[in-house]
Amino acid sequence: MRWFGIKKTLKLGLKSLWMHRLRSTLTTLGIVFGVCSVIAMLAIGEGASREAQAAIARLGSTNLIVETVKPAKEQVDQSQQEGAISYGLTYDDAECIRNTMPEVEVIVPVREISQEARYLNRQTAIKIIGTVPWYTETSPLRVLRGRFLSSYDLQYQLAVCVLDYEVAEKLFAFDDPLGKDIRVFGNYYRVVGLASQAGKAEPTDTASGHTPSGGTDSRGVIGNIYIPLTTAKCRFTETTASFSGGSQSIEKVELQKIIVKTESTEQVLAIRDVLNALLARLHEKKNDYHIIVPLELLREAARTRRIFSIVLGSIAAISLLVGGIGIMNIMLATVSERTREIGIRRALGAKKRDIIVQFLSETLMLTLLGGILGIILGSIIPSLVNYFGKMPTVITGISLVLAFGISGAVGIIFGLYPAYRAANMDPIESLRHE
Amino acid sequence: MQQVHKPPEFKGAAPILVMERLCKSYQLGTVELKALRDIDLTIGAGEYVAIMGPSGSGKSTLLNMIGCLDRPTRGTYQLAGEDVSRLDDDALSAIRGLQIGFIFQSYNLIAQLNVIENIEVPMFYQGVGERASEQRANELARMVGLGDRTKHRPFELSGGEQQRVAIARALANNPVITLADEPTGNLDTESGREILNILDDLHTQRKTLIIVTHDHDIAKRAQRTIHLLDGQIERCDYNERQ
Repeated sequence: MRWFGIKKTLKLGLKSLWMHRLRSTLTTLGIVFGVCSVIAMLAIGEGASREAQAAIARLGSTNLIVETVKPAKEQVDQSQQEGAISYGLTYDDAECIRNTMPEVEVIVPVREISQEARYLNRQTAIKIIGTVPWYTETSPLRVLRGRFLSSYDLQYQLAVCVLDYEVAEKLFAFDDPLGKDIRVFGNYYRVVGLASQAGKAEPTDTASGHTPSGGTDSRGVIGNIYIPLTTAKCRFTETTASFSGGSQSIEKVELQKIIVKTESTEQVLAIRDVLNALLARLHEKKNDYHIIVPLELLREAARTRRIFSIVLGSIAAISLLVGGIGIMNIMLATVSERTREIGIRRALGAKKRDIIVQFLSETLMLTLLGGILGIILGSIIPSLVNYFGKMPTVITGISLVLAFGISGAVGIIFGLYPAYRAANMDPIESLRHE
Repeated sequence: MQQVHKPPEFKGAAPILVMERLCKSYQLGTVELKALRDIDLTIGAGEYVAIMGPSGSGKSTLLNMIGCLDRPTRGTYQLAGEDVSRLDDDALSAIRGLQIGFIFQSYNLIAQLNVIENIEVPMFYQGVGERASEQRANELARMVGLGDRTKHRPFELSGGEQQRVAIARALANNPVITLADEPTGNLDTESGREILNILDDLHTQRKTLIIVTHDHDIAKRAQRTIHLLDGQIERCDYNERQ
């Protein structure tokens, strides 16, 4: 049809819809809410899944993280007589992995100690990460200024440290932290570098809690300071005492983590099995470690996301279906109400096709209008959720296109039958219709 | 009274409408209802014909047949030299749009459109361009005396005015035949006379007019009156024009 025809048809459609403003509005609402829910749900789902994926990706997809876990009570009891419970990963474990598994590219032993750092009269809770210079290869740590730990630091157990940016900001309001000494547990450490955990997501580690620190925990830890592992070993005791329920328990843990990096993601699962076997031998049946495979978590997240999408998609599809049925219902009523008009048009030369086009374009206008309103509303809701619910949301372009396309498709599918009915009415009968 | 079939002689201009032995029957359950029986009718170009008859005599059916809204069961119908009795729906729609102008008893304007837009409807379906269509519609509106009310909607017009819009609409595509079905049936005498005067004017412009009525005074305005009874042409009267 030529442009004039299209323009005229649209104009006529708008006029007819305008004649029944309330009815048109109510009909459109079904589509508005359908489209709105598609977009809002997809945005919320996408936001949650991206956050989870970012958190996992920070662990590194080629990494395997072996963590110390406190063994279950009954296993602890056997060694109770020694006074201190000794469990977890050891320096020997790290050494053993290095010697027996040549496929492993990098091994990073990590010690974590919660402490307080002071500079002049300022202080803050921090987490000490005792580690090795190649720690940066396994974690997305970015050195902003100065340098990271060196092998020289490690070899001579130097009292140097690298601060997380957040820690530096808290301790040094106006001074330049580089070259200054901060005090931790009675000892001084010279600041040699500032680092930031790249890709750090805001407030908390929702996905796993496995991230190498990051964020504020209950004690108000705002970040890490990194010191050489050797320094940590000689300055901090490996035993900690804790009191609970009137009884004292003393624990001895050498390493909190061993991070193992493989050459490629294909090797990750194979190495996990080998590592598991090796550690099982070394730890006999103590069950005091746990291997985290970020790659698996990523795959898990992708699976979860797919299920999530299917569920959300079904809900949205149902609401659009309901909206579509509403539209069809109204259009059928409209057609029978306008029987006479159809008869007149047929008498004045309208072909069946012209009648179909007329009613279909009316339905399409209703649904596309609903689609646009739904997109607007659906774009506002996620930002409200973001603002009030403190949940990240991501509106993807695809969801907008999808929603708009679906509303158009609903218009065509549910508009065809009423339009077809209108076109096939007998002109004589419809002219006689009151 | 019907003897061997013999088409009545036709005196006048070149025929524009020729019906031969045209029948229309409806199936009502098991009963076959014969609405039209062996109609032989010839109407010449520029003729003004009135169709009369009691209700149930087949007036409406004949009018629908002439207007290409319906297809005959038997017989042939030639309109402007073309046999339209066996055409499909789309072709009939095109013929209705181009060759026929309809004027209804109840005006049948489209409520959501204004005067100009109503007149434009037949042109729209024939794909007449925007400018040409608007110009023609305005011209027609002026012709029926509604040049100053072009933006009014049907409910803002009196019955007479609405019927004038309907006449303008019927003429939009310059049809071969204009059909008027009781055009004054819903009007008071005064407005009715105005409408009939417009129709008379059309006749003087050599338009072919067919009017269905049961008012003898109205029928007398036509050149010829066809009386229908029980689906057959009972007789034809040639009127002296006043």
